[in-house]
Amino acid sequence: MSVILILFPPLVAAALAGIPSRQSWAPGATVVSCLIVLALASRMAWRIAAGGSVTDTLDPGWSNWVAVDGLSALILLLIALVGSTAAVYSVGYMAHGKPGAGRLRLYHANYNLFIFSMLAIPLIAEPTLVWIVVELTTLCSALLVSFENTREALEAAWKYVILSLMGAGFALFGFLVLFAAMHAAGGAVYTWAGLVEAAPRMPPLLVQTAFLLILIGLGTKVGLVPMHTWLPDAHSQAPSPVCALLSGIETTSILYVILRLFPVMQAVPGAHAETWALVLGLISVGTAAFLLLQVHDYKRLFAFSTVEHMGIILTAVGLGAPAADYGAMQQIVSHAVTKSFCFFAAGATLLAVGTREIAAVRGLVRRAPAAGAALILGGLAITGAPPLAVFLSEFAILKAGLTQGRYVATGLLAVFIVIAFFGVMVHLNRMVFGAPENEGTAQDPSGPREAKEGRLPFSCGLILILAAVPVLVLGVYIPKPLHDLLVLAAAALSR
Amino acid sequence: MSDATRQLVENLNALATGLFLLTAFGIVAMRQARGCLHLFIGQSLLLAASAALLGLRFDSGHLYGVALVNLVSKPIIVPWLLRKVAPAELYTRREIDQVLNIPTTLLIALALAIGAYFLGVPMANAVGQEYHGQNLPIGIAGLLLGALTLTVRREAMPLLIGLLAMENGAFLAGISIARDLSMLVELAIATDGLIIVFIVGVLVRAVEKHVGTTAVGELASLREGPAKQATQENAP
Repeated sequence: MSVILILFPPLVAAALAGIPSRQSWAPGATVVSCLIVLALASRMAWRIAAGGSVTDTLDPGWSNWVAVDGLSALILLLIALVGSTAAVYSVGYMAHGKPGAGRLRLYHANYNLFIFSMLAIPLIAEPTLVWIVVELTTLCSALLVSFENTREALEAAWKYVILSLMGAGFALFGFLVLFAAMHAAGGAVYTWAGLVEAAPRMPPLLVQTAFLLILIGLGTKVGLVPMHTWLPDAHSQAPSPVCALLSGIETTSILYVILRLFPVMQAVPGAHAETWALVLGLISVGTAAFLLLQVHDYKRLFAFSTVEHMGIILTAVGLGAPAADYGAMQQIVSHAVTKSFCFFAAGATLLAVGTREIAAVRGLVRRAPAAGAALILGGLAITGAPPLAVFLSEFAILKAGLTQGRYVATGLLAVFIVIAFFGVMVHLNRMVFGAPENEGTAQDPSGPREAKEGRLPFSCGLILILAAVPVLVLGVYIPKPLHDLLVLAAAALSR
Repeated sequence: MSDATRQLVENLNALATGLFLLTAFGIVAMRQARGCLHLFIGQSLLLAASAALLGLRFDSGHLYGVALVNLVSKPIIVPWLLRKVAPAELYTRREIDQVLNIPTTLLIALALAIGAYFLGVPMANAVGQEYHGQNLPIGIAGLLLGALTLTVRREAMPLLIGLLAMENGAFLAGISIARDLSMLVELAIATDGLIIVFIVGVLVRAVEKHVGTTAVGELASLREGPAKQATQENAP
């Protein structure tokens, strides 16, 4: 099986979606291509988890460009998974607003290109090429963020593009400096593995400068505080399935690139990559936890929760223990499945009530029971209520921190997580169970009519059920192959 | 290469990089949108010149390739692409109200350029003892001034040029310290710059059509706080 094959279905689907025709096959092409990608990625992850290799059948010349280890396989699998659920969800969700065939083609062509660019990140081994596909993720998703063409959506897309690309500019320089450092150390090939190999001989000044440039540059796109300002805008204004992709998996696949530098940094004396990660991570978690309290838009609520989760993952990596690394990998998985579910629930809510204002939605569980139940489950799941997936991974991180004796960092993390829990639940609780204030009496006769208008499309309901499965299951049980994959992925974070 | 020729090439490279810094300052402060574009084209030509001179200095065919790619993509394809996708409105704008006034901005720019020098020289020493010219410090200055442009400007065209200028700065430093980067990567980065122009152009056209302005920096309705205020802001 050729690894590169996984990149073709999205490209073909993007081309198909772009063909002008009256009958729109774009949604179907997207779903089929995503499912093929999911099958390929699962097979790849399965083989890697079993201790095999997926690049051994490739021509040796390719090894300078393509490499897949446990960490890449994990990210690939998650991109494929969220990509597939969001693709199926899109079918019903995007048809709901009755956009023209042209707009639908634009959406699906961009969607597939976006999936393509994300899949390329973990596959490519050459850092500057990885930088280019990171740029492509921004550029391919920009028109998805602005899809609704409202003033707010355009503003969000604009901020997203400018700030992400500004960060990318710094990161590009960082990668060039890293190349120079490797060259000065006599390294032969510029790949992640080549960097780790040459790291002990590289000039520390250059490696540290490069690391900081990349951490800040790509950290902008991950949404680390204080470079996060664009994230709540873009992750709330895009159509909900796109939000699921952006928040659920795009952020982590960029974080993956930063994580790749940790084994390099560990060989450099006085580099302190872990300290940087810990400090930036805790700042992100803390700031997001307090900002959560004052949002007035429920999609922004989940967007801020993404900032919080990226902070948690980075903090876990910053703790620098194998157990914490494992927790970080587990958190990446639980974040991807849970956050995408949250945005599917938020999308269902938006279809039912037609507003993003938290204050305008009360008693959702009576108006739209499915959306209300999903929203409250999503809220509980994303804030780490037991026995759901995020609880297990956050617990693993906190436990690893305590075993390490890092009481201050672990304590702060725990406090911030609790604050975030209340921040999210206060808002969602009012939305779902709160008594309808003034509108309840006035709109009582029109209630059933609205509910009929807001009937959940079949594909959205299906995905709400399917996407809830991993959220529930991963909270009590981690299958053996996934556990093996997580162990391999965590091992990739240290030398 | 004789010593005298080498000296000449190095001096010419110093001239090219010096002028490059000047264009970076110009992009920060230039009010006219069209002027910004012209300054950027000049900057790209100087980048290509520096790459060609370093190619001559190190007898590197690869650097000639970089010069050629820059010569074709930025001064020729970027303006053509902008004419195709972006609204004509983009060129005619003149920016009156920057976030900071121009003298203050230029002072900050000066401080950044000096800072870049103190960062760049030790880095150049760490890379190796061979000739690096002024490319590294001036490249870093170009990067930082591009970022400054992005923070103080509000019009779409200067913002786009700021993005591209950051990439130019990174490249100017790159051609001296990362000379053997593969040609595939160089081509990909150049293509990436064109995709940036395309996507930003399409976005600006959408903003102009639906909001009626190209001063995209003035879009600021998305923020936390009381919900009612936000809706009031949107109303007019």
